[in-house]
This record gives sequence, C-alpha cells and structure tokens, in this order.
Amino acid sequence: MPHAVTFDHVSRLFGQMRAVDNVSLTINEGEFFSMLGPSGSGKTTCLRLIAGFELPSSGRILIAGQDASALAPFERDVNTVFQDYALFPTMDVLNNVAYGLMVKGVGKKERLARAEEALSMVALADYGSRKPGELSGGQRQRVALARALVGRPRVLLLDEPLGALDLKLREQMQSELKNLQRKLGITFVFVTHDQSEALSMSDRVAVFAKGRIEQIATPQDLYDKPASRFVADFVGTSNVVDAPLAQSLTGQRRIFAIRPERIQLGCAGIVTAHAVRAKGVVRDIAFLGAVNRIEVELAGKAVLTALTPSFGGALPLIGSEVELAWRIDAMHWITEAA
Amino acid sequence: MSSMAISRNGTTAKNGLGRRISALLYRKPVLTLLLLLTPPLLWFGVVYLGSLLALVLQSGYTFDDFTMQVTPVWTLANYQALFDSTNLDIILRTLFMALAVSLMSALLAFPLAYYMARHARGAEKAFFYVAVMLPMWASYIVKVYAWTVLLAKGGISWWLIEKLGITPAYEWMLALPHVGGTTLATSNFGRFWVFVYIWLPFMILPIQAALERVPENLIAASSDLGARPWQTFGYVILPMAIPGVVAGSIFTFSLTLGDFIIPQLIGPSGLYIGNMVYTMQGSIGNMPMAAAFTVVPIVLISIYLAISKRLGAFDAL
Repeated sequence: MPHAVTFDHVSRLFGQMRAVDNVSLTINEGEFFSMLGPSGSGKTTCLRLIAGFELPSSGRILIAGQDASALAPFERDVNTVFQDYALFPTMDVLNNVAYGLMVKGVGKKERLARAEEALSMVALADYGSRKPGELSGGQRQRVALARALVGRPRVLLLDEPLGALDLKLREQMQSELKNLQRKLGITFVFVTHDQSEALSMSDRVAVFAKGRIEQIATPQDLYDKPASRFVADFVGTSNVVDAPLAQSLTGQRRIFAIRPERIQLGCAGIVTAHAVRAKGVVRDIAFLGAVNRIEVELAGKAVLTALTPSFGGALPLIGSEVELAWRIDAMHWITEAA
Repeated sequence: MSSMAISRNGTTAKNGLGRRISALLYRKPVLTLLLLLTPPLLWFGVVYLGSLLALVLQSGYTFDDFTMQVTPVWTLANYQALFDSTNLDIILRTLFMALAVSLMSALLAFPLAYYMARHARGAEKAFFYVAVMLPMWASYIVKVYAWTVLLAKGGISWWLIEKLGITPAYEWMLALPHVGGTTLATSNFGRFWVFVYIWLPFMILPIQAALERVPENLIAASSDLGARPWQTFGYVILPMAIPGVVAGSIFTFSLTLGDFIIPQLIGPSGLYIGNMVYTMQGSIGNMPMAAAFTVVPIVLISIYLAISKRLGAFDAL
C-alpha cells in the first residue's frame, strides 16, 4: 500500500527565506502523524503544501502515491481543519458541513443526510439550523471537524485546531480526536507547537526547526532518545549536559541529556557501579502539585533540574548541599553535527 | 469620590479637578455615553429626522392653485396627483433610469472592487483609491458640462467612434426607441452613460469594503473542500459581497432618483423626479406637491431594501 503522504526533498522559499528546507518524510496510511515545532519552524507551511495552498519551490509531494506537487487544493483528496475554523458565515451549520458534498454535486437529500450524520458524530446533532456565529469556540471546532470529515478524505489536516480552546476543552477534544481517528481509520496530520499534545495523541511525531526536520520518531523514542539538543529541549524539559562537564561526571567527553524525573536526590537505592553521581547546591525549589522541581547548581555553574515525587520525605533547604544520582541507562548521548 | 481626588504628591488643584472628572466619567460609563452621544443625536433628530417629518407633513397640506397659497388643511390630493399619467410617466422614467444606472454601476464596479480588495497591495492599492476618488474631487457641474461637449455631435466621442470604425453600430443604437436620439448628447443612452460615470465611485467603495472583509481562509476552506474557483466565488465570496452591492446601489439608486442636473443638461426632453421637485418648489411654490414627489424616492428605496432583505442580502452582516 502506498504511503498517504510523501515529501521528496521538498523546499518552499518565500523570497530568500527557506520556510521549508529540503524536507523528506513519509506518512503512513491510517497514521496519526504530528508536526511539532515552534512558530516559524515550517510545520504549517508543510501542512499548506499538503493541502495545496502552497506549491513546492522544488521537490515532489505525493498523496496516496500520486504526484500532487502541482495540483490545486480542490483536486486533492485532502481536507483541512483550520486554526480559526473558517466556517462560512452566510450558511447555517448543516450547509457548512454539506458544502464539500454540494460542490462535488452530491444530491441535496443525500448530502444533508450525510451532513446530519457527521454532525451527530461530533455530538452536535441538534445544531444544524444555527449560524456559526451563534456557536461557542468548541462547537465551531466540531463543526469544522465534521465539515472536513463528511467527505471521507484520504488525509485530514489539522492546523493547530485546539489552540483557541481552554485547557479542559482541549484535553477533551484531544481524546475525542484520537478516538475519531481510530474509528474512521483516516490519516490525520496534526500541526501543533504544544509538545504534550503531540506526545499524547500521535503515532509518530516530526519535530521541525528552521524549516528542517530534526527528528521523526514515536513519542516514546522522541522523549527517551532525542536526536539533537533542540529536540531534547523542545520535547519535554531536559537537562543537556555539555561535553566538559560530561567528562568530569562520566569520563566521556560527549554531550548527553538526562530527564529531570530520572535524577534522584541522594544516592539510596542506586547501584553505584551503574550510576552517575554529582554534588551541588540547591538553588530553587518549586512545588508543582504531583512533583517538586528542584534546581541544583553543580560545580562550574551548570544547573540541573530534578523532579521528585512530592509524597514523601523532607525537602532540602535552598542553599544546602545535596547529592544527585542517575542510572547510566537513563542518560541519552547526543551526537551533534559540528 | 473624595478619596479618588486626593493627589498623592501635591499636584495642583486644577489637575485635581481634571482627575476628579476623569474618575467620575470612568465610574459612570452611562454619563460618558450621554455626553458623547447627545450632540450628534440631537443633530440627527432635529436636522435629519425632524426635517424629514416636516417634509412628510407638508406633503399632506393643501395648495390653492388660484391664490398660490399653502394652507395646513389635510388632503391626499398631492399623492393622488402623483398617479396622473404625466406624473406617473416622470416617476417611471426616473425609476427605470435609476435601476439601469445601478445595475450597470454594479457590473462595472464589481471586478474593479474585487481587484482592489483581493489583489492590489501597498502602493498599487493607494493608486486605485486615489483613481476612484479623484473624479469626485472635481465639481459635479463641471464634469456634467464637460460631458455635454464630449458627447455632442462633432465632439470627441464622435471622433473616437469614427476612428474605431463602429459608426454603423452607433447609428443603429441612436435609432433605437427610448435609448437613442439625434446625437449621444441628446439620447437616453448619453444620459445613462453620464449617470454611470458620475455615481460609479459610490458603488466601487462599498463593494470593495465588503470584499475586504472576506477572510482569506474562507476562500482556502472552500477550495480545500473541493470547490472550483467559480463555485467559491458564487457560494462564498458573492454572498458576502452582496451587502456592499446593496449599499452601493442605494447610493446610485437614490442619487439618480434625486438628481435634476443631468436630466436637464444631457438627454432628450422629459422631466425627472428631481426636476419636478425643483419646478414645484422653485418656480411654482407648490411645496406640498414637491414634498409628495420627494416622498417617492423614499418609498422606492424602502421597497428596494425590503426586497433585498427578503432575498437574504443582509444575511452576511
């Protein structure tokens, strides 16, 4: 079976700026694929390239194995959920959802029936006769989703669709989206700058920076084995230890990353032979609910962040000297391009 | 209140008063609103609506043909007189011209407004704005007189038509009943032409403003859902532009209904509503009849708006 989407050395230039710089990737059929990165990293341009709103300056884009590099948006079997929903203000909700079917010439009776069905799929069955302006942000979001899904596209593109929603609604929509994707089996390409969103929903994540892909991996691998300092920093929080300090701690002059929750305060329970130990001074403590965040300054001004469960034991005082330790296999060596 | 007015670091009393007023207005938004809105509301109420009311009242007064006196005795005679065959002729002639001018203006304005709103950027946009507004800077009378010369026999239009080799088409057009005449300057077509020329900017700008408000991503969304460009235009862009077309056509429609200079200077004989108001009020002094004629455009525009609303022209607002 062909890949749902393939980027073959795709670049997109805006003047001198390389918004997308020689990107190659494949998105599998039925996959929940996220494009993660800070603003200006090229992830949204990649999405627009799939949708056809932008055309590549060089390289090829294949959709379902067919070269789509020069196709107009209306020639692609791909639909988009826009960040600000982009619902048509002149139409009621039902006709918004039925729009894609209407322009493709589906008869009135059938398209309205299918639109009703799509609306009930997003739990808005009774809202068909309302105007988009009368709905809340979360409801508009669902209408946009129903509108994009009613035609059963090959690929659904979602451009930071949850960005405008409040936290509770966001979390609810995250799991609904994931369920919907599993149920329909449609390939989802999800653009977000929120790393926790990308990690919790995706089968695979592509991390973008400066128009390039830093890493494509499963959420687990992305978190445990970041390919670069950028990924280690951007996905979750991480302590990235520079080569000189690494040498004094481990004897190896290489950069490594260690996640804060893998760092233990004190050395009890760790077999010294398989652990790295360090001494430092507590600089800051923050209570975050489930965990405490403790910042420890090592010799040479480097600061490591440790997360410790907040259920037991007394916390060290600020300014006191503590011992840190972590297992060697918890560390991840980063090979950096020179 | 006093605590708000106390100055913390010894500012002057004048400063303290200003601060006190500011604080008062801040805490009483209704008062601020009243202060801001009372003058314009009075102006609107008295000058616009008041005079309109006076006009409608006058149209019900009696005019004595012998004494040439207006007496405040209620009568419907003026409105009845509107339906005399000569007056009805005048009303229908004006109405058809206003409709034709509005339709033509909309057809000409739309592509230009579309380009201005959706494609022109920066300096190009500024150029279009100035180009559209520039004719409005010149005196209306001067422009209309200029057209009488341009359209006259032997004028530039004549020369141009000969150069283009379309004299037969031109003569055919002039021979058409209700459209033609002996020359362009005395034809209904010439009058229509000048009306369109004069009012076109009033159509372009509202349409441009309406098109400006169509978000780019609605067009992207339509295309994304499989709509071809003409479908996007018909289903998404046009419905949102219609309020602008209606606003523009209210200008062109009502301005044509009320105009008395173009009908006087260009085109065949035959009065327009504006001429009648001018004659009734200016020459004869029959204020009530002039008032009754003035009510006609108001009624026509109200009907036009009601139809537009019924057809859903304002759904996008």
